[in-house]
Amino acid sequence: MRNEIEQEKLTPQDFERITIDADQAERIEKPSLSFWQDAWLGLRKNKAAIVSMVILLLVILMALIGPLLNGHAGDAQNLRHANLPPKIPGIEATGLFDGDGKLAGKTVNLYEMKKVDEYYWFGTDGLGRDLFTRLWEGTRVSLFIAFVAAAIDMVIGVAYGGISGYFGGRTDDIMQRVVEILIGIPTLIVVILMIMIMDPGIAAIIVAIIITGWIGMSRIVRAQTLKYKSQEFVLASRTLGAKDGKIITKHLLPNMLGIIIINTMFTIPNAIFFEAFLSFIGIGLQPPAASLGTLINDGYKVMENQPYVLLFPAIVISVLMIAFNLIGDGLRDALDPKMKD
Amino acid sequence: MNKPLLEVEGLKKYFPIRKGLIGKTVGHIKAIDDITFHVNEGETLGIVGESGCGKSTTGRTIMQLLEPTEGVVEFQGKDLTKLSATEIRSVRRDIQMVFQDPYASLNPRHTIGKILEEPLIVHGGGSAKDRRKKVVEFLKIVGLSEYHAKRYPHQFSGGQRQRIGIARALMTNPKLIIADEPVSALDVSIQAQVLNLMQDLQKEFHLTYIFIAHDLGVVRHISDRVAVMYLGKIVEITESEELYANPLHPYTQALLSAVPVPDPNYKKEQIIIEGDMPSPANPPSGCAFHTRCPFKMDVCTKITPVLAEEKTGHSVACHLYTVEGNDDIERKKQLEGSV
Repeated sequence: MRNEIEQEKLTPQDFERITIDADQAERIEKPSLSFWQDAWLGLRKNKAAIVSMVILLLVILMALIGPLLNGHAGDAQNLRHANLPPKIPGIEATGLFDGDGKLAGKTVNLYEMKKVDEYYWFGTDGLGRDLFTRLWEGTRVSLFIAFVAAAIDMVIGVAYGGISGYFGGRTDDIMQRVVEILIGIPTLIVVILMIMIMDPGIAAIIVAIIITGWIGMSRIVRAQTLKYKSQEFVLASRTLGAKDGKIITKHLLPNMLGIIIINTMFTIPNAIFFEAFLSFIGIGLQPPAASLGTLINDGYKVMENQPYVLLFPAIVISVLMIAFNLIGDGLRDALDPKMKD
Repeated sequence: MNKPLLEVEGLKKYFPIRKGLIGKTVGHIKAIDDITFHVNEGETLGIVGESGCGKSTTGRTIMQLLEPTEGVVEFQGKDLTKLSATEIRSVRRDIQMVFQDPYASLNPRHTIGKILEEPLIVHGGGSAKDRRKKVVEFLKIVGLSEYHAKRYPHQFSGGQRQRIGIARALMTNPKLIIADEPVSALDVSIQAQVLNLMQDLQKEFHLTYIFIAHDLGVVRHISDRVAVMYLGKIVEITESEELYANPLHPYTQALLSAVPVPDPNYKKEQIIIEGDMPSPANPPSGCAFHTRCPFKMDVCTKITPVLAEEKTGHSVACHLYTVEGNDDIERKKQLEGSV
């Protein structure tokens, strides 16, 4: 019965011959997407990376404007206001962040006791400095060090690896031996020596991170250059008579860009972590300058009585590390064609 | 006969084998060992041989992508090996290459339009508008449409990509195109499409081809003359029909007997050559083929045979045809009888 009904629906037009148009044989249905459009489509599907990007943008925004928000200067000391716990307007009514702290084993409201009218959102340290302002100033310094170090790492690594890979032969041999010697020296020793020579500070830390940080990038770029320079499209360009500079900028770099970006995304959290580590062991930034590492170092000393001093910088550094790594992962999936289906 | 477009004489390309820290040269890979041939204007010269015999190196050395160790490459009366880097760049406008792997020969980050425009930019070919017009013109010549210029290589099939590769080679109006195994990465139906396109283009633009391949059927289809290479040397060179009808060198005979015939009832006598091709780093003394040759003579191990004209336009490098009155003459007759 079903067949009869279906047969009735078929008209003679349905049996007309469809001619194949020769022009249509070469048609491509899929819309033309450039590499970056394609990468963005891939990245957009990765929820973790997108959420991380939003969080990262918020942290960067706070690092820029945070210190201006509550009117306390980061280096203003007020011993009368020392060691105050966090007190945030609005939330204080819920019992959280209401200024209660422990004094000699009893929980009391330190703000009332010390007759402090101002709010210190994240509390104060032993010198009465506002921790909210210091936290975002520290984040700013940490991010600055990380971005600058990663950018310089990238430039040196790409140039060194590119030259070594592209020109090959004896040049490559000598350059790779230098790298092997550098990588054989423990990073920490180089860094401590650097800091002994230079004054401790932002510049010294950046130099310390760069001095060995570019090696990973240079190796990746060298490997990529070796891979692409023997490909036929590079040979084709050379048969056309293109010069070395043009081949490097037009053919090699665009193909390596994805991997360079991914690698930089993983360098940044490493640099943040390394800076925090140096500051934590005391050879990084010197007081009164703040970075996430020095803040954590301060907080760790008073962890038992004033845990909030450690809590907030620890949260920020963790969020930063996770966010950068998730974005890096997402970018790798989106940019690396080998991971594609 | 008109003057040859390209004359190659005594061309050699040795790659040094370096060892140790200071890179001392311990030997040479003789990729091309003293080859001489010419290509007439408007013809197609096929170069065949098994892998590793120096076919591609020959192409790249002619293009001066690899610097020859020795020899002369004369193109339109100019010796390319003696030109400066700038002069070579201008010559490259006249000699172009089509590559083997259509998946590797197009930059995946560039649109087809950009890929085809590059030769024009390198050789300063007019305004941006003129260039785009020419790109569209050549896209149509190879059977693609205008809108394909905005697409990226990964959106095309192997055959389409190879046609784009051919269009790129044509952009500078070259006289000679060196096609380095242009169809070996494609399947048979697409091979025919690309080969026919190449033949049509040859007529339309009066092109000369050097067609490098390992597929004897393909070479027979497209070539006017064929050179057979073995271990960096040309062992036989002649007109295409003559080679297939009357191969002289034992290696050529073995190669031809290995070509499959699309007839299940056809019983052929296959000449099986044993062993592998010797290493080009340490080639055998005398005739390079003597280790595998079924007609080996004493002289073969000692003296290298030279390429000599056996008949008009048919040259072969084999002692079977040069040593007169030796006791192997019977074998030679046998050999001729078996073909």
